[in-house]
Amino acid sequence: MFATLDQIFVLFKQWLVGLLPAGLQPVAGVLLCVVVIIGLFPGLFALTVLLERKGLARIQNRIGPNRAGPFGLLQPIADAIKSLTKEDIVPLSADGTVHFLAPLVLVVAVFMGFAVLPMGRNMVLVDMDASLLFFFAVGASTELSVFMAGWSSRNKYSLLGAMRAVAQMISYEVPLLMSSVAVVMMTGSLSLVKIVEAQNHYTWGLPHWYIFTPWGFAGFVMFAIAATAETNRSPFDLPEGESELVAGYFTEYSGFKFALFFLGEYLGMFSISGLGTTLFLGGWSAPFAFLGWVPSWIWFFGKLMLSICVFIWVRGTLPRLRQDQLMNFAWKFVLPMTLLNLFVAGLWRFLGDGWQRWVVCSAILVLAYVIVGRVEMRRQHVGPRSYRYAE
Amino acid sequence: MNIPFYLIAALTVLGGSAAVLLKNTVHCALALTIAFAGLAVLFLQLDAQFAGFAQILVYIGAVAILVVFAILLTRGSETPKDGVFSHTWLAGLAVAAAVFSVLGWAVLQSVPGLPYTPAAAPIVTVNDIGKALMGRYVLPLEIVAVLLTAALIGAVIVAMHEKEGTK
Amino acid sequence: MLGEGILKGLAETAKNFAGSFVSAERLTTVEYPEQRIAPIEATRVFPFLVYDGPEWEAGLRCVACQICEKECPPKCIYIEKSKDKKPDAVGKQQFYPAKFDIDVSVCMSCQICVEVCPFEAIKMDTEFELSTDDRFGGLLHDRKQLAKSNEYYHHIHPTEAAEVDARLAEEKAKAEAKAKAAAAAPKPAVPAAKPAAKPVEGEA
Repeated sequence: MFATLDQIFVLFKQWLVGLLPAGLQPVAGVLLCVVVIIGLFPGLFALTVLLERKGLARIQNRIGPNRAGPFGLLQPIADAIKSLTKEDIVPLSADGTVHFLAPLVLVVAVFMGFAVLPMGRNMVLVDMDASLLFFFAVGASTELSVFMAGWSSRNKYSLLGAMRAVAQMISYEVPLLMSSVAVVMMTGSLSLVKIVEAQNHYTWGLPHWYIFTPWGFAGFVMFAIAATAETNRSPFDLPEGESELVAGYFTEYSGFKFALFFLGEYLGMFSISGLGTTLFLGGWSAPFAFLGWVPSWIWFFGKLMLSICVFIWVRGTLPRLRQDQLMNFAWKFVLPMTLLNLFVAGLWRFLGDGWQRWVVCSAILVLAYVIVGRVEMRRQHVGPRSYRYAE
Repeated sequence: MNIPFYLIAALTVLGGSAAVLLKNTVHCALALTIAFAGLAVLFLQLDAQFAGFAQILVYIGAVAILVVFAILLTRGSETPKDGVFSHTWLAGLAVAAAVFSVLGWAVLQSVPGLPYTPAAAPIVTVNDIGKALMGRYVLPLEIVAVLLTAALIGAVIVAMHEKEGTK
Repeated sequence: MLGEGILKGLAETAKNFAGSFVSAERLTTVEYPEQRIAPIEATRVFPFLVYDGPEWEAGLRCVACQICEKECPPKCIYIEKSKDKKPDAVGKQQFYPAKFDIDVSVCMSCQICVEVCPFEAIKMDTEFELSTDDRFGGLLHDRKQLAKSNEYYHHIHPTEAAEVDARLAEEKAKAEAKAKAAAAAPKPAVPAAKPAAKPVEGEA
């Protein structure tokens, strides 16, 4: 019974595809999955936007949207209708083709990332050998669309936003990759399905998720920081800092193209949360052995939404960084820590089972964190900003 | 070969020629990206997953962005009035032809040397590539790493020099 | 310790989040169309023209001097001076505005027109629900829409209106005293009236 519930989507797909002639079955199977992904995540996007508006409102002691439908539940629909019916304005001096292509490239690239995420037991669109690499490859191509949007708008705010976004994404992609490499080292595979399976074991009813190891915890923290920066979320939302750049690289987009950028941003958040879940939080595996009967996809989406809530919580808490702080943080703190984490992960592997490796690895990481933190804090001088050329 | 191959090849060639022929430098860079993407898909069609994804990650994710940054930071995005062609285009053509002929010669020479076994294409996993890089090809890998480190240090020194001058 | 502040901040926002569900006094906003905040006396939104007496057209204090029109930074005031004259509040023959329009969409609520007006004729309103579905005509308020009685002014800004009334009454008394003095000393008034008039002007 529970096994059927666990596999209900897989069985449904098999039944539906089975109705078709044999020649069409492989194509139909893939198409069906693609349609589900394309339908599911924008739906989740609508839900998340509402959740975010409500959550941020509560953090600021407001009520939040509550007019459209009961408790404002129809707000996403109202927003969608609004953005669909708005006039699509393209600036006269804009580069028409590139301006048009930019949101499409972004959304297509972001959607491709979902193809390799295992969303449940046997629920992955493409199980390939190098799926982690695929994920990062398509993630890297979103940078280009951001640049295209900023450059083609012929607007200083857009271009500044795009330059900021690209510089930030490149800087934080390195720690993002490096923190995932530790997981790859441990699993010995780039396949996300295998990474989840490697974590789906239990000792005394507790799971073997990578976050519950010293290197995994450090890696997860670094991954979360880099992921926040990679998705341009607050406190790393400099590329679209409303107070400085109107809306950053999509300043000159209106109507449905703006909605596409908005969608792309949230989809990026979903996919990176899904990746973090897969790499460190055990993907679709249950948090306790006795909860193993709950369908695997519930765990995956539960963890996904949990990390989205953390994203919202962080957004409601932290102010925006300055550009130099952002770069210093990436290159002087996050990157060295991830490199050290790689070393620690290797040590963990070769120290063998036993309590020694826990002590040694934790000690190295905590020590490094304290030392790097002390150094960073000491150099922090609060005062009026000094300029290099203006004085 | 098959139809997808020709389609992708045509796209790659189109992108490549657009990168050479277009007037606006940023358009050239974007067209170059199309050529990179086409190459990546060609790799994937040959079942070389690692090479294909690395191509996307490195070339589209980093090299294209670097090119675009270089163009914007040097004000190269403004199209010059007196045409985009350099005065020394003849010499450039000669160099390009020479490089092309060397590469073409090398490719043509190497084809008969390979054993022609179309049926047994080996499945190369990322694991195998990693083992090869860390085993048989560890020396080239390390040399490349040293070269890149040298380049990185050189870049840092170039960037630092200016700062000392202004102080 | 690095990251300590982040954790403290997260705890604070979590407290706010949970607290907003538990205690209603945490919520700082009201649900606007149904609930309203009590009016604040110093609110200023959009100018209006003050009139005395029951008739708005007869009682307008404005004499169409056009100082506000010239001073308005976004140039949202349009005045046309009348051809004829009529007695103003103190009984003096004055021009009056044949046309006095203010554009809501241009006005930036700076109150400069109020500050420069020598006749206390233009004041700031607290009415803020000025939106309309007519983008052109509806946002241009003419003098009939702008005219509001002195009682209304007392209602929305009691302190300020009392000060203004006191000032006006003082001026009126002075003007009457001056008129009386001029009537009492008819013949040699020409050299004598001048030094008497000076301080009045200086005070005004």
